[in-house]
Amino acid sequence: MKNFKVFNTENKISWCPGCGDYSILQALKEALFELDLQPNNTMIVSGIGQAAKTPQYVNANSFNSLHGRALPPALGIHMANPDLNIFVTSGDGDTYGEGGNHFIHNIRRNPNIVHLVYNNRIYGLTKGQSSPTTDLGMITSSQLDGHKTPPINPLTLALTLGAGFVARGYAHHRDHLKALIKAAYHYKGYAIIDIMQPCPSFNKKNTPEWYESNTYYLENHDEKDFNLAYNLATHVNEHIPLGILYRVEKNTFLERLDHIHTPLLKRQVQQKDLELLLDEFL
Amino acid sequence: MKYNILIGGAAGQGMNTITKLLSKALKRHGYYVFVNTVYMSRIRGGHNYFQIRFSDQPLHTHENSIDVLFALNQETLDLHQRRLKENGIIIADEDLKFDPKEFALPIKKISKAIGNKKAENMILLGGLIKLFNLDYDIFTDLVSKSIKKDLSSNKEALKQGYDSLKPKFLFIGKQRDDNMLINGNTAIGLGAIAAGLGVFSAYPMTPAASIMNYLTHQQKKMGIIVEQAEDEIAAIHIALGASSAGVRAMTASSGGGLSLMVEALGLTAITETPLVITDVMRPGPATGLPTKTGQGDLSFLLTASQDELPRMIIAPRDPEDAYYQTIRAFDLADKYQLPVIVLSDQYLADSQKTIPLLNTKVEINQYLSKDQAVELPYERYKITPSGVSPRLIPGLSEYPIIADNHEHDGFGKISEDPVNRTNMHLKRLQKLRSLEADLQEPHYFGDENPDIVLIGFGSTEGALIETIETYSGQKKIGALVFGDVYPLPTQKLIKYKDKILINVELNATGQFSRLIRMETGIHCTESILKFDGLQINAEDILEVLHEKF
Repeated sequence: MKNFKVFNTENKISWCPGCGDYSILQALKEALFELDLQPNNTMIVSGIGQAAKTPQYVNANSFNSLHGRALPPALGIHMANPDLNIFVTSGDGDTYGEGGNHFIHNIRRNPNIVHLVYNNRIYGLTKGQSSPTTDLGMITSSQLDGHKTPPINPLTLALTLGAGFVARGYAHHRDHLKALIKAAYHYKGYAIIDIMQPCPSFNKKNTPEWYESNTYYLENHDEKDFNLAYNLATHVNEHIPLGILYRVEKNTFLERLDHIHTPLLKRQVQQKDLELLLDEFL
Repeated sequence: MKYNILIGGAAGQGMNTITKLLSKALKRHGYYVFVNTVYMSRIRGGHNYFQIRFSDQPLHTHENSIDVLFALNQETLDLHQRRLKENGIIIADEDLKFDPKEFALPIKKISKAIGNKKAENMILLGGLIKLFNLDYDIFTDLVSKSIKKDLSSNKEALKQGYDSLKPKFLFIGKQRDDNMLINGNTAIGLGAIAAGLGVFSAYPMTPAASIMNYLTHQQKKMGIIVEQAEDEIAAIHIALGASSAGVRAMTASSGGGLSLMVEALGLTAITETPLVITDVMRPGPATGLPTKTGQGDLSFLLTASQDELPRMIIAPRDPEDAYYQTIRAFDLADKYQLPVIVLSDQYLADSQKTIPLLNTKVEINQYLSKDQAVELPYERYKITPSGVSPRLIPGLSEYPIIADNHEHDGFGKISEDPVNRTNMHLKRLQKLRSLEADLQEPHYFGDENPDIVLIGFGSTEGALIETIETYSGQKKIGALVFGDVYPLPTQKLIKYKDKILINVELNATGQFSRLIRMETGIHCTESILKFDGLQINAEDILEVLHEKF
């Protein structure tokens, strides 16, 4: 098969009609194909949520972890076998809520992983409760008077923690998103794409129309300007920039481990090294 | 001959250094050595002590009564003087209050004279070398190799301490020394390396942290990754990820960390990923007693996680066992694709024991399949009579490998079909049955036809062995000590079911006797339970036995 369909599975998709996830899934599969990746050298890791169902719909290696726990096993897999091309697919609740601590510390580590966060600003799987990115005042099934806690801004957070590749996509602009995924793949280190998406079932505010009138493509942008990137990242409700906000080179997790010369998966224990370990106990 | 030395003082007074030097030197003299550590959750101050026992006969545990009390401060004297044997000796600075003062040392004067206040510990050590008429050269060699700062004043302190006392005990001559001296946590770390560990991820928690410390020191030499995770949840998931990708991985913590890791036990089981998890127990609940010992996590770990899942729990009995059982834990985790918990405790973690040289020639088998060997289409979770499915590794196979934590079919595809669910659940639990073939029966010590059988698991083995060796009551006595605790091996146990069974455990509710009752219907007649944070020993057990039998 000489197209993205090599990444198709026969599994019946259980997302709602009109969900932005379909578009993200298609962009991901096309990107994988155009990057010349194979199902057996690609690894999709997710937690729990609607976005986290993605591995079931991509013909590739996958590790579907617990809620919030996509990044830690992804890191473990990367340590074991850096030849696997790892894509983490998780939602706003999975990444910024339950998995918040892992999100923070993986930015510090900077493993060579692409992270797609499907950010619909609402909980879909559990039917409409607020997420960490739900807007202040929005009425949800768990905040009947409107949400009283201000949202987290994932990309300003990522920037201040030192993330080297920070991008924002929009689910329904598939070709643009695909280009972001490919750029993220080519980035050496942890690359986050916060993908804004409508949730036709539960988010009645951030609709496709709302996104169309509140987003624009970044053009002639200096990707190395941190202050500019930070400023752009603060725009999540109006004049929302889509594109790569920030891209600079940083040492990756494995580059810093200068004693690891061969992937652990190929490592052989030397008998004489083991015997030497006993010396200190004699 | 058998001597028990207690070295006590405040944290930061250099007890750790002289304990290391003395225990190693005694081992090099050819003696059997057993060192246990009792410390407070402090970096400076508090009261800490080490007990060093040595003998020309094998030693298995610590002793309460003291031959030589080696005090670096008044508090040590006040707390431990009452434990001194009839002819016991106290070595301490002449200005402290103690009696008799036959072996008082002018420690403060000497340290002042040589201008190194931190060398007080060396003065005491010097005195002790003379007292036991030990080989001075062995000590100077060890001191030269291990002291980096102010070596000459430390050596001078050692010399002056040595010259200040007279010999009291007869040095019996150097014997052949082919043993090693190692504690439980280091043995677990070493065992993991010997088993081919690639990734160790953990969050520091006493008393498990020294496993990470040891592995950190070896990571460059051995080409492994030791990752300090942001929390225990990440720690276990990182290890799980590495293991799912085909590299042997381990995490370690104490009960509090294990509490956070529970969700991943289920994930490990349903994704059928091998994983070794070490729990170094300390008393709880919650923070409890961070630096003390106990066996209170057993019931928790037997059922930790929602619903039912296959798991194995192995409780190592001494540092030698800790090494070999850690290797075996990796082997069985791979063989049956399930979580194996190594259940240790603070006492075993921090106690050093002389053991025979460990065998580092380990045959490593990850029980992996090959593309050519699997039936097609490949089912990662294929239902088999043993419950174990052929395992391929992502990236090493031409087929994509799927791991999903929802209930799934043989291919890893999510399935809510009731028939599939029933079969998959039974398939995973079937591994417990299959595992029975690999279970190790408990060790038995004592009379071939006993009236009383003491029952314990894990680190109480030493206390139970010495109890059997020294019991002087009317009954015939034996002890069964379990290493594999779950699944519970029952063949030996059943043989003794009509005897007086006494469970000896470091928890208040007799968790192990409850497990035995649950699995076999056998009731223990009596129990000896201790849960004050300190390890039980033969003297404690004998006191109860001699009173009752």
